[in-house]
Amino acid sequence: MRIRYILGAIVIIAVIAVILFYPLSILFYEDLPYLPFLKRAFYILLFSCFLCLYRIARGPTAADRAVTLDMLGILIVGFCAIMGISTGRSWYIDIGIAWALQSFIATLALAKFLEGKSFDD
Amino acid sequence: MISTLGLVFISIGLFFDFVGCLGLVRLPDVYNRLQASTKCITLGTCSILFGAFLMHGLVAAGMKALLCMVFLALTSPVSAHALARAAHKSGVKLWEKSVVDKYEEDGN
Repeated sequence: MRIRYILGAIVIIAVIAVILFYPLSILFYEDLPYLPFLKRAFYILLFSCFLCLYRIARGPTAADRAVTLDMLGILIVGFCAIMGISTGRSWYIDIGIAWALQSFIATLALAKFLEGKSFDD
Repeated sequence: MISTLGLVFISIGLFFDFVGCLGLVRLPDVYNRLQASTKCITLGTCSILFGAFLMHGLVAAGMKALLCMVFLALTSPVSAHALARAAHKSGVKLWEKSVVDKYEEDGN
């Protein structure tokens, strides 16, 4: 019972440490004139993702977690669009399309599972 | 000029994304959270993708961003409706200050 909180805290602290100490200048190598704006957009979307993670950790019911997982999937699509602009590599949009597809199908399967039915009726 | 317009669209999208996530944290109920976050985050991400289309231009990446925007605008209401129906059928209670529950009154 108590061990899952400790494991979750370790994972979240590790993610924050990776984000703080990872050299983000690798991601923004191109010499764009509006690069500071895109960096701020990056951090705003990252903060929104952490708000979603708070709701996933704290949510009272399973429906809360399913809703937040759907929203996190849509946020990551926008994140891929921002990365595609800021790095100049256009294949980030492909990752966004694939993520939108799998997030939609996973949300429908979770909704079917929450109703208490099996997957084939 | 047109990339400035794209940056304006990305700014609008970031504002809507942040407000949607704030509603996801602050509101008291599953249905309230769903109602606040689904519309806001869908509109915000569609706006970010339209800004990406304006900044890429009429090349392959821009057309893929436009395609992804249309796909999100089509599928996100479907998944939100399925989630609301599943939450109601799995017995999640409404907030105690909620006024009306039409889905319960219809006998489902």
